[in-house]
Amino acid sequence: MSLEKQDVLKIAHLARLALDDNDAEQYQHSLTSVLDLVEQMQSVDTDGVEPLSHPLEAKQRLREDVVTEENRREAFLANAPQTEAGLFLVPKVID
Amino acid sequence: MVDQSIASLAQKLRAKEISSVELTQDYLARIKQLDGQLNSFITVTDEVALAQAEAADKLIAAGSTSALAGIPIAHKDLFCTDGVLTTCASKMLHNFVPPYESTVTGRMLASGVVTLGKTNMDEFAMGSSNENSYYGAVKNPWNLEKVPGGSSGGSAAAVAAGLCVAATGTDTGGSIRQPASFCGISGLKPTYGRVSRFGMIAYASSLDQAGPMARSAEDCAHILQSIAGFDGNDSTCSEVAIEDYTANLDAPLDGLTIGLPKEYFGDGLNNDVATVIQDAVKEFEKLGAKVKEISLPNLNLSIPSYYVIAPSEASSNLSRFDGVRYGYRCEEPKDLMDMYKRSRGEGFGKEVQKRIMVGTYALSEGYYDAYYLKAQRIRRLIKEDFVNALAEVDVIMGPVAPTTAFGIGAKTDDPIAMYLEDIYTLSINLAGIPAMSIPAGFADGMPVGLQIMGNYFAEAKLLNVAHKFQQATDWHTKNPSLAEGA
Repeated sequence: MSLEKQDVLKIAHLARLALDDNDAEQYQHSLTSVLDLVEQMQSVDTDGVEPLSHPLEAKQRLREDVVTEENRREAFLANAPQTEAGLFLVPKVID
Repeated sequence: MVDQSIASLAQKLRAKEISSVELTQDYLARIKQLDGQLNSFITVTDEVALAQAEAADKLIAAGSTSALAGIPIAHKDLFCTDGVLTTCASKMLHNFVPPYESTVTGRMLASGVVTLGKTNMDEFAMGSSNENSYYGAVKNPWNLEKVPGGSSGGSAAAVAAGLCVAATGTDTGGSIRQPASFCGISGLKPTYGRVSRFGMIAYASSLDQAGPMARSAEDCAHILQSIAGFDGNDSTCSEVAIEDYTANLDAPLDGLTIGLPKEYFGDGLNNDVATVIQDAVKEFEKLGAKVKEISLPNLNLSIPSYYVIAPSEASSNLSRFDGVRYGYRCEEPKDLMDMYKRSRGEGFGKEVQKRIMVGTYALSEGYYDAYYLKAQRIRRLIKEDFVNALAEVDVIMGPVAPTTAFGIGAKTDDPIAMYLEDIYTLSINLAGIPAMSIPAGFADGMPVGLQIMGNYFAEAKLLNVAHKFQQATDWHTKNPSLAEGA
């Protein structure tokens, strides 16, 4: 399994990571070596084995659909890089 | 006072031989004096600690029976602490002050602990050497040229150096046990779901588990008692009743059956480490235990399975860091996409970015079955190995890591070699069973940890087994010269 630089740039885009050219080349090598490492999985016969997503196979617990949290807008906004009028501020999305 | 157990400190606090304020001042002074060499703390919370110590002294005077009341501890900087900087050792969270308290830290506060500060770690808990921290590498107190292990390396180094009585850690693939082994302390990764993950900054949610790191199994038991148990805020937290973790510490080990997996003693295990582990097993035989060879045939597959599942879950969990609601945002973003990409490109370190990309790839269209589902099928095979083995034996023992602590920088150029070092710990997280590391001796002057693995929710049994060993040996009482020379 060998990744091309273009593959790395595509993965980085999907992951929303800005890479410069130098980074992309480094990751090309390091991602390829991880994928080589995990490649040995393919030699194992897992036919009929169900995927295990939770070690204790617990079912999702449900609760009553009632309000449990109070409004803490100010506290949550306090960590935001930019806010205005009680809202999170981001760069312009629509021209 | 720095090598006293929680039980003996609790007794001294009640006998008024020392106050929590005095004890806290002693520890804060040691941190100031010694941590420049270790870099084990990211944040020291002097004022909070002294206020908590005053409150604890009043609680104790009023008759509090909590063993942890007034005991100075530290938290891995991955637990959200209300009003106290919580960085996860990342530039991404260099300015994050949580508006809420994690369940683990909240329960310990309710037990009356004094929080000295937040300890250093590998960024977002990704690493086995504590070299992946935005705040710099942590040094091993037994040898400042060596790593303390990771990812809970700051907690391990701080406990070993006597900068706190005990600390919290988290373990996704060995991050409590391996640093405990490298630094010569006791650490417990509980059963998945035994301790609430609420307020822990998530790495891989189906593997992450918090646990105690301390100077003895008995100290670990006191902390587990405080933090374990059901929490409605974590949907994966177990409703299985907790046990009294200190009640049976002294139970005799006559007839205990110890399984030794042959895969834990094969190629790659350092000879001196093997000798320490074999000697520890002999000690258990003297205590009345029987030994049986067992097999965990899929052990080797734990590495590929883990390095698909953990990065996949990480790529999903870490998508929340987008520069919008908290954490780092790049300068002058030109549009929304630029803001996402540069904030994440500049805010995350290299190892974190790499794991996010591995996970993104494994989960992407056309690859999901071949990677993620395949890894989960193998995960079931690994779990079944443990279930089968634990039907025949009471506990499983082996090394925690193939070697003692390695040199700082020794493996940074070969990250795959570092991944392979986690061969003895990863499978435990995939299976979800509990496991401990306790000091069992030294090789080349560096501590060696014995790993003790048990069945689901058998924490009390593991602590009993570890405690009996610590009653019969004194490895856990050894201190690095850094601490002695202070």
